Amino acid sequence: MNVEFLFFLETVLNGLMAGVMYALVALGFALIFKASGIFNFAQGVMALFAALTLVGLQTGQVPFAHLINAIFGTEVHHFGWELPAIIAIAGTLVVMVAFAYLFEGLVLKHLVNQEPIILFMATIGLAYFLEGFGDLMWGADIKPMDVGIPSGGSFWWEDVTREWAPEGSDYFGMYVDKLDVVAAIVAVVLVSALVAFSQYTKFGRALRAVADDHQAALSVGISLRTIWVVVWSIAGFVALVAGIMWGAKSGVQFSLSLIALKALPVLILGGFTSIPGAIVGGLIIGVGEKLAELYIGPLVGGAIENWFAYVVALMFLLFRPQGLFGERIIERI
Amino acid sequence: MLYREAGDFKTSYAADLQTFPIKSERILFWAFTAVAFLVVPFFINDYWEKSILVPFLVWSMVALGLNILTGYCGQVSLGTGGFMAVGAFACYKFMTAFPDLNIMICILLSGVVTAGVGVLFGLPSLRIKGFYLAVATLAAQFFLVWMFNKFAWFYNYSASGQISAPERTIFGIAVTGPNSAPWATYLTCLTIVFIFAWVARNLTRGRVGRSWMAMRDMDIAAEIMGVSPFSAKLSAFAVSSFYIGIAGALFFAVYLGAAEVTEAFGIDKSFTALFMVIIGGLGSILGSFLGAAFIILFPVLLKNLMVGYLGWPTDLAAHFQIMIVGGLIIFFLIVEPHGLAQLWRLAKEKLRLWPFPY
Repeated sequence: MNVEFLFFLETVLNGLMAGVMYALVALGFALIFKASGIFNFAQGVMALFAALTLVGLQTGQVPFAHLINAIFGTEVHHFGWELPAIIAIAGTLVVMVAFAYLFEGLVLKHLVNQEPIILFMATIGLAYFLEGFGDLMWGADIKPMDVGIPSGGSFWWEDVTREWAPEGSDYFGMYVDKLDVVAAIVAVVLVSALVAFSQYTKFGRALRAVADDHQAALSVGISLRTIWVVVWSIAGFVALVAGIMWGAKSGVQFSLSLIALKALPVLILGGFTSIPGAIVGGLIIGVGEKLAELYIGPLVGGAIENWFAYVVALMFLLFRPQGLFGERIIERI
Repeated sequence: MLYREAGDFKTSYAADLQTFPIKSERILFWAFTAVAFLVVPFFINDYWEKSILVPFLVWSMVALGLNILTGYCGQVSLGTGGFMAVGAFACYKFMTAFPDLNIMICILLSGVVTAGVGVLFGLPSLRIKGFYLAVATLAAQFFLVWMFNKFAWFYNYSASGQISAPERTIFGIAVTGPNSAPWATYLTCLTIVFIFAWVARNLTRGRVGRSWMAMRDMDIAAEIMGVSPFSAKLSAFAVSSFYIGIAGALFFAVYLGAAEVTEAFGIDKSFTALFMVIIGGLGSILGSFLGAAFIILFPVLLKNLMVGYLGWPTDLAAHFQIMIVGGLIIFFLIVEPHGLAQLWRLAKEKLRLWPFPY
């Protein structure tokens, strides 16, 4: 194989890995949209909040330390313990479920039957609220996350790929981050688990029923409110997974919440209602972005990653408005 | 007693169709306008100009524009920041390329340029709607900001990538640049906003506005009735972007004086504008002003309270502020999805019947 092709392969591979990360966020969107017709703009901030909570629990930070210090003039910061990762993750999960429960009871319940756009804007409000709340609770500084996921380049893969290059060329092998590989595996497991959950469990079946037809589901005795709590809890769980992966990759900071914006083109491409669509869309966007940066970027001055995905999604929309796997939109008067 | 239509007889169609059909409402409106034009300029100081009145006026203009698109025509846009950037950069290019051109003409021309760009990015709205369209307008936001950042021609190859407004005058009085007096910038913004609010009000209750509203309420039905989605949607995008472009030009030239695109016209601006429209009231001209006033004044109040009165550190106050704004948006959507304008309408209804309950 010549070096050029190997470079191409490396770009595609890294694009796929990046795509998995996007798909992790897009998954949360698709879940909520499918079950309740709400386009949850706050998914990215939920990931940030989950990651903040996880790090906070793990390092034993005192919640609202800044606020307490400001009001009472004290100097508290840490409890002085360190929790093992697994307990911290469990704790965060509890927090996310509690959040889902509260959000359903305080907000969603009152917004039933509003137009989708009102609900969408409510989630933008939620995004702002959670952002402020998260910062208030755990502080706004950038925190490193360490839950024991391996990271850094894989030497084994570098050695393997170096063999593929022709003799005598100065090719040093492909760089693949171990963290990305773990993320890919986690994503596969997560999707399989979600599919299994929605196919084979009672809750899953109720979930699909609600997604198909709210009123029919209500009439056979499915509690919409319980389902919503479950769905938002699952979305919180997915947000936690995404938060762990992104947090381990680039530290827990505000920019984590912006990955929600990255996930939007993914959703458009895959269709808002499809879980496999989120994965495939993520992969396409990831690869497309990296290839565009490599081949088109130099022509127009680089840094096109920000909007390229959107343009791809836009082009796509013109030909297939419902996305790759979305349900066909039928309109009646 | 104050607010009655009894005894207020209409003798012509024109009188019947006027914007404020009730006399006390007319008096209130004109009194308010007179104070804004004739009294405030004499008392305005730098603090009121820079942190309250001028931002309020500029943002009202943005909210008017977005309200035309989102409130009246039902097309959600998240590209407001990008369109403001187009207005700002167009204004900058006009100001520097034609130094003799009057600043008013520059501002109007930048509105026209933005309208063109808006129509271009409005084209997808013919095929897609709802969230899909919102995402498509996000593409405009990111692309435009990237473009103004990347191509040095837009900022005249300045080393910092910033644009700064040179001094321009109206009737010999500086309205842009560092030497402009507070009352001059205030009056410039006020005049423009007043005129265009009047235009918007009449546009929205005329034929064009009705076609927008038909499109918003049910596009397929509107199409069957003979409203062309092509012209209705694109005209909404054009008019809306025109307003937002003018607002962007004012924001840069009169208010900020110097701007850096990613900082001044980022995606948070798009959300701010959307919040104003929601809190103020979708599909209401008054609502645009109320929403802008709320979003501009509220953080100032909160900051004064928390930093000035309670003595908290500013970063803590900032987090609190984000949280409260987010919470308030949800609160408003739950309690009154039609915004402050609806509260005003309800208050008027109550006032008409007062002191009787019904």
